[in-house]
Amino acid sequence: MSTLSPELIPNPDEELIYAGEPNEETTGGSQWREAVRTLRRSPLAIIGMIMIAFFLVVAIFAPWIAPYDPGDGQWLNQITPGNYPGPSAEHWLGLDQLGRDVFSRLVWGARQSLIIGVVSLVIGASAGILLGLIAGAFGGWIDTVCMRIVDIMLSIPGLLFAIGLAALLGQSLTSVMIAIAVVNVPIFARLLRGQMLGQRRADYVLAATSVGVSRSGIVFRHVLPNSLTAVIVQGTLTLATSIIDAAGLAFLGLSSPDPSVAEWGRMLTDAQSALSTAPMLAILPGVAIVITALGFTLVGEQMREALDPKYRR
Amino acid sequence: MALLEVRDLGVRFTRRGRRALVAVDGVSFDVDSGQTVGIVGESGCGKSVTSLAIMRLLPRRGVELSGAVRFAGEDLLAKSQDQMRDIRGQDIAMIFQDPMTSLNPVITVGLQLTEVLERHQGASRGEAKAEAAALLRRVGIPDPVRRLGEYPHQLSGGMRQRVMIAIALACRPRLLIADEPTTALDVTIQAQILELLRLLVDETGAALIMITHDLGVVAGLCETVHVMYAGRVVETAPRHDLFARPTHPYTGGLLGSIPRLDAARGEPLHPIRGSAGDAIPWSRGCAFAPRCTRRTPECVDGPPAVFHLAPDHSARCIHPVLHDLPETEPVP
Repeated sequence: MSTLSPELIPNPDEELIYAGEPNEETTGGSQWREAVRTLRRSPLAIIGMIMIAFFLVVAIFAPWIAPYDPGDGQWLNQITPGNYPGPSAEHWLGLDQLGRDVFSRLVWGARQSLIIGVVSLVIGASAGILLGLIAGAFGGWIDTVCMRIVDIMLSIPGLLFAIGLAALLGQSLTSVMIAIAVVNVPIFARLLRGQMLGQRRADYVLAATSVGVSRSGIVFRHVLPNSLTAVIVQGTLTLATSIIDAAGLAFLGLSSPDPSVAEWGRMLTDAQSALSTAPMLAILPGVAIVITALGFTLVGEQMREALDPKYRR
Repeated sequence: MALLEVRDLGVRFTRRGRRALVAVDGVSFDVDSGQTVGIVGESGCGKSVTSLAIMRLLPRRGVELSGAVRFAGEDLLAKSQDQMRDIRGQDIAMIFQDPMTSLNPVITVGLQLTEVLERHQGASRGEAKAEAAALLRRVGIPDPVRRLGEYPHQLSGGMRQRVMIAIALACRPRLLIADEPTTALDVTIQAQILELLRLLVDETGAALIMITHDLGVVAGLCETVHVMYAGRVVETAPRHDLFARPTHPYTGGLLGSIPRLDAARGEPLHPIRGSAGDAIPWSRGCAFAPRCTRRTPECVDGPPAVFHLAPDHSARCIHPVLHDLPETEPVP
């Protein structure tokens, strides 16, 4: 019995574009595409992106940008106590107490910051996502156990925790990266779990459940992909804090034992003794840290606003 | 034996330190193979909760189910969630109200279709893809192969509901529950979607439970109608009987409240006074009594008895509206 009039159902063999029908050309629509559009219109995000781009270019092309080896102290004979040569044509930002080129050290420091930041972020976020995924997917007592672990980790101030860990693991670059990664674990775990709990009540999860999609299908195809947006935003913001933490640990002498390695935090420590005579030695790495951290923070905050309607003004 | 037998179904929402909320209370009805049954009522009358309870989709915590839901002779309320996962999609499927939020925004339409086919029919990726394209074509989506690679936001509301229908009917379930499938759509699209549902249900031989607040949908689609109020079925009748002889005052009120084009100018609309929130517990009397025009003190003397106008037409009322129908003797 079919009383169907032919015009009610579009003929499937015909290519039809209705005026009111959304299509790729007229609407972006998807969350990310819309976010990109919002970001492009936000001056703060653009400033942040310029800062990040600048940092990335310097870090990646450090060997070609830096005129000298950052550990090379061959100009030590130009240094007399209390007198450090300032900017010159040969040394754009002058020399430090050990006769090393400051500009080269800043440039190589950017690379060092990027490596520490990215590696610790990747390790920390992966572990955090795994922990949050387990908690959010299983719920019940597993969730409770995971979240109590997270609470314990969060109850210790982040930098203090990192200092303790780095000290425990010994003075090396690896221990700094591990320490910062561990500090980041609970942040990502708690965030992802919260997002997943929210997504579990979404209409499309109910709809998928109603057609018998398996538990793993629900978690990995429906809940997890929709929960990752906030994690990506958090990743951008965490990169900023990781770079600051890395500088902090280096400042406290908890980084690579090799003094010739250029690091912004170590440059700050070294500059302490000459603060009254050559403040630029401290100001320059400080500015580098600020620009980089600010860049990631600005972009992260703007991304959060663009993606999360709760933050929209 | 009917395909689906719901017997004395009860759903109570319990919260620590609070009185339990009875959302569904003693609901019984049958759905035969290939039959289309309507459940009608206002928001909050328990019609959606009834369907979620049948599908066992209500959260475990804070929900107490009672009664029995027998599907092809097996009690669904006794099944484990793992067993239910095999039944959902394969034997019973559901379509939801809002197609805008019922599709996962971050994966393609094709993946959402094929995951059901792969899950229940053990189809390979390639087979599932071909089948998915055929399904989209079947629900009237032009250029289905291209659509499979698209994301939900690239489709219009009507198209998305067509996709939802394709997903629900992918494994040819024997029972389809449609929970207000057209409420979120334009009127013109509503007609198309209802027509499509009717066509596909005819074609696949699936039984359909249509949950709606729209009596127009019921009139066009359903063979048997159950009217719900405050968690109970207050009137059950074949479609034509319901419209010709609404016996429960609530049904009469619903029909009377539909604006008529042929009414005289300036004639007021006829709403049912009060709101669904005014209901009293069924244990104390008729829940509809506070809003009823035929109310007498006896109405709140206890749960009202069920009045049988005909074997297939009953109303839960002690003052049913009796139409002048000498040929029908009330069955006691």
